[in-house]
Amino acid sequence: MQIFSPSADTWFRAGLAAFAVLVAALALVGGGYARSEYLTQVGWTRDQQVPFSHKHHVGDLGIDCRYCHTSVETATRAGLPPTHTCMTCHSQVWTGAPMLAPVRKSLATGEPLHWRRVAQLPDYVYFDHSIHVDRGVACVECHGRVDRMPLTWRAKAFEMKFCLDCHRDPAPHLRPPEQVTRMDWSDWSEDRAEAFGMAAMRRFHVEPARLDSCEICHR
Amino acid sequence: MVVPILGCALVAGCGKNMVQQARYDPYEKAPLFEDGMAMRAPPEGVVSRDAPQRRAATQRPAMSAALLARGRERYGIYCVPCHARDGSGNGIVPARGFPHPPDFHSERLKAASERHFYDVMTQGYGVMYAYADRVPPRDRWAIAAYIRALQATNLPEDRTEPRRGD
Repeated sequence: MQIFSPSADTWFRAGLAAFAVLVAALALVGGGYARSEYLTQVGWTRDQQVPFSHKHHVGDLGIDCRYCHTSVETATRAGLPPTHTCMTCHSQVWTGAPMLAPVRKSLATGEPLHWRRVAQLPDYVYFDHSIHVDRGVACVECHGRVDRMPLTWRAKAFEMKFCLDCHRDPAPHLRPPEQVTRMDWSDWSEDRAEAFGMAAMRRFHVEPARLDSCEICHR
Repeated sequence: MVVPILGCALVAGCGKNMVQQARYDPYEKAPLFEDGMAMRAPPEGVVSRDAPQRRAATQRPAMSAALLARGRERYGIYCVPCHARDGSGNGIVPARGFPHPPDFHSERLKAASERHFYDVMTQGYGVMYAYADRVPPRDRWAIAAYIRALQATNLPEDRTEPRRGD
């Protein structure tokens, strides 16, 4: 008696081929998903109570980042401005704008505005704004050209790779600390930026060999 | 024996969210407190541990090049939007409808003391809000010093024309 039908070999081969295709497809879809902007949230805006425009305030008016994010030079957090800061101008400008009604309500009731975080790190990551700003890592390195964002979105995928790329080779990402909040600062040639970066690293004793230790960010 | 124990230990960690851990971070919601905010304001009457240093910082520091440089930088961040780089008050925010601030080159403000500028930054003045929450005392003195330096500069005669809003 014959155990296998005449077509069994063909079916087996077809099955093997189908399995290989399935594995390849899963790898592609999985890899694509892991790198997708759907997962990293790059370029995604979030619904906010007030449609705050960095493009208007930074790009058009030229207000320095630190006018609102006051603790960026001294604390781990850059700081979200209290309603008092918004009202410094908006007690006189755009006073009746429906768009700003939640801001006026917040001032009247004392209840802070509820912002949805756009650039947020996982709780298992330690990050300190002040040391980065002090050493000359510009805001734009991580937050992108906020002066071109009508609504704020995440500019970079805050994955470990993103942090490590810079921690392993900081030189091209450093600039004079007084220029950190400038958005368009790019008039240096690559060589000059590299030379400055190397000098800054020597001065601040920045050692890439130590900067990628686990405990630098996971403590 | 070892395998089930290790297995249990491994599985026990499942379901715990490491990304959003069970702790209160700044700016987060906190159902534990009545106002629902994780960030707390100190109760009334609290004396901060560094009260003497804080009080000392409100005293006017000695004039130095470093103080002026600091003042120039801080002036650029907090004052320029209204008072403009030259101190004329022709900043971009007044150009958009905010009442025009006084010119630092006016006789009245040239005669004013540095303490006056410090007090205005601390408490606000007219439609100008207080900046005490944004500019620490030493920086207020630095800005006051820089305003003095601005007043010592000569500006072209035709500068008084306010910038038109665009």
